[in-house]
Amino acid sequence: MFHDSTQLDLMFQALADPARRGMVERLAQGPASVSELAQPFSMSLSAVMQHLQVLEASGLVRSQKSGRVRTCHMESPALGTAERWISDRRATWEHRLDRLGDFLSAVQKDIENDLCSEAQGDTFDIRARAALSVGA
Amino acid sequence: MKRRVTHSTFVLERHYPSAPEKVFHALSDVEAKKQWFVGPADWLQTRFELDFRVGGREVNVGGPQGGPISRFDAIYQDIVADERIIYTYDMHLDDVRISVSLATFELRSENGGTRLIFTEQGAYLDGFDDPSLREKGTNDLLDALGSSLTGK
Repeated sequence: MFHDSTQLDLMFQALADPARRGMVERLAQGPASVSELAQPFSMSLSAVMQHLQVLEASGLVRSQKSGRVRTCHMESPALGTAERWISDRRATWEHRLDRLGDFLSAVQKDIENDLCSEAQGDTFDIRARAALSVGA
Repeated sequence: MKRRVTHSTFVLERHYPSAPEKVFHALSDVEAKKQWFVGPADWLQTRFELDFRVGGREVNVGGPQGGPISRFDAIYQDIVADERIIYTYDMHLDDVRISVSLATFELRSENGGTRLIFTEQGAYLDGFDDPSLREKGTNDLLDALGSSLTGK
């Protein structure tokens, strides 16, 4: 599987939801029926079925109906090495860009605090302000 | 030994409340970039060099404790201040080259902040036999993906 980035997009979307990650974690331990999956999440069966459809579309989970019971199991993806690099790389970049956001807001807070204390101390200096905005 | 190459492109977008020149600074200044340009959470960084100019190089070496060494080696190809950065880079895992990529950062002023669009186009190389990597469980991968999405 994961022959193209569309498949990876579907997988990322499927895992973006905490309830679906919980279902995947449960299924990683072994197959389960839909009602067993629903139990820890206090969700309706129809809500679980909707999540299941997203997981199936992503290729992470398969389900089979036998009589009145639908049993779900993890699809064991034979991830090729290249596919592993690609998904690892993407996860690394998601993490980096979040870190960049944290860094930028920390810098912004520092500037605001500095400007605030200058203004309060009545020593406001336009050169200091310019230096701050360039330096940060 | 079987040789194979897989091409793949992915695009990531973020909106930051900071102005484009602030974001550009974080992408181009070595001390600022050290703060956020990291590998996976458990990695140790052993070397970081940044020569930010067209033709200049960036080297980033690190890896998990006791694990293989990852080496990121980039050359800056195009720089437009506060707007665009393009570099090419390859990744080595120990002595094996695992990918060659083209990375583009686009910065656009939007709602008083910056829209950042990161595009990676890569040739991912395969064909070397490393059973320990292949056997690494699906669960590890899913954990990594999931926590990257929740920002943990």
